[in-house]
Amino acid sequence: MQDELIAIKGIKDGLLINLNTTEEWLSITEELASRIDEKSDFFSGASVTVDLGNRPVPKYELSSLKALLERRGLTLTVVLSDSDTTNQSALALDLRTETGNIIPGRTAQETIPTNSEETGTQGVMFRRTLRSGRTIHSDGHVVVYGDVNPGAKIIATGDIIVWGRLRGTVHAGANGDESAIVCALDMSPNQLRIAGYIVTSPPGKRGEVYPEVAFIRNNQIVVEARD
Amino acid sequence: MGAKVVTITSGKGGVGKTTTTANLGVSLARLGKKVIVIDADIGLRNLDVIMGLENRIVYDLVDVIEGRSKLRQAMIKHKQFPDLYLIPAAQTRDKMAVSPTDMIQVADKLREEFQFILIDSPAGIERGFRNAVAPADEILVVTNPEVSAIRDADRIIGLIEAENKGPGKLIINRIKQGMVKKGEMLSANDITDILGIKIIGIVPEDEYVIPASNSGVPVTLNPNSRAGIAFTNIARRLTGEDIPLMDLEDNGGIFNRIARLFGGGSGGT
Repeated sequence: MQDELIAIKGIKDGLLINLNTTEEWLSITEELASRIDEKSDFFSGASVTVDLGNRPVPKYELSSLKALLERRGLTLTVVLSDSDTTNQSALALDLRTETGNIIPGRTAQETIPTNSEETGTQGVMFRRTLRSGRTIHSDGHVVVYGDVNPGAKIIATGDIIVWGRLRGTVHAGANGDESAIVCALDMSPNQLRIAGYIVTSPPGKRGEVYPEVAFIRNNQIVVEARD
Repeated sequence: MGAKVVTITSGKGGVGKTTTTANLGVSLARLGKKVIVIDADIGLRNLDVIMGLENRIVYDLVDVIEGRSKLRQAMIKHKQFPDLYLIPAAQTRDKMAVSPTDMIQVADKLREEFQFILIDSPAGIERGFRNAVAPADEILVVTNPEVSAIRDADRIIGLIEAENKGPGKLIINRIKQGMVKKGEMLSANDITDILGIKIIGIVPEDEYVIPASNSGVPVTLNPNSRAGIAFTNIARRLTGEDIPLMDLEDNGGIFNRIARLFGGGSGGT
């Protein structure tokens, strides 16, 4: 399978397309186009998850891949990648990014055990401000180096760390993990959820701003300063 | 070379995009620039009304795009400023009559002849917005000191960034310094705190603006209007002049400072 340029298989949500991580991008996309064209009736209308492995894919390349699929009636919805560049590109194009193990049999996950003390759990990093209207879903942790503005939303099965101002909506431990935490340099979320609990920020302007952590204690969300 | 294409947008409606476009167009023409303003708000045109050119419309943008008229036939010359032109929007069609590619083509045809092409974007984030932004070299985001307008501006800035059109520059319109002082209105600082982009102008609320728009004589032609002066300053910044913004911390003299900047810069008050 490693020698193949492209592997296409059906998954629950549509198609999973694995692209070879080392071969030249142009030859891969050309091969992909011809493969789809061979069975265009069969593929048309499908929603596509593309696995780019650790290949760094700049925005224009990802955008051309998206257009290539769209011209053939397929919709690119999710990008699986272990590369920060690729994740940034996907984010810029409003595509969902996943690094977690939603796809059984994904090679990266097979070799990396989760919840291990030594390897840690996987997360995604966003090195930019998340503006209103942007929604991030992640099966894992989310780290934002930037602000989370009002109207932006992060939903993560793991922890959420915001190195900046948190003013949007966040949901940590979205699959019910009550040990999940939310950290922010300026904790003023519109709404903060951990597992099945929910709180809002008190109204009015905050005085002094300092880093805080939110977690569940005695069946409620508490927010504490860290020093 | 050629023209700089500047798109004026906001997300939320009613914050002053069209007023801003008309005033920047007139101000740039007064500064001796060759300017054309394009109304991209297909179906709800009103840039022509604010510029006092409604009764001269024969052909519109959709006529040009669909080949019923030549580009030149749809360009309306301003009564007072011979270097200022308008291409009006169609009133009978909707935004789907125009594509982003059409807008890029129209703008490219005008680039040689003009120094500035201003595009008035419709409200919203759908096709009309995408049309208006497609040919832009620079984007001005207009907002009011209201939470809802800022929320929409934030969304718009995100979309502009996603299109690789830079974060854009911010115009804060209709600010009332008295209310800001009393803590009843968001200050320019509060707004940039959220949006995090550069301000190109702050326009004070001004009683001259509405009558000026109604009569089709943009307020920037009124030397007594602070808003008009603010628009002139924005136009100057667009031409590359380095006119400092008033100190945002300075609660006292925002209007005085604008007036002073204007007086010092042009010699005419």
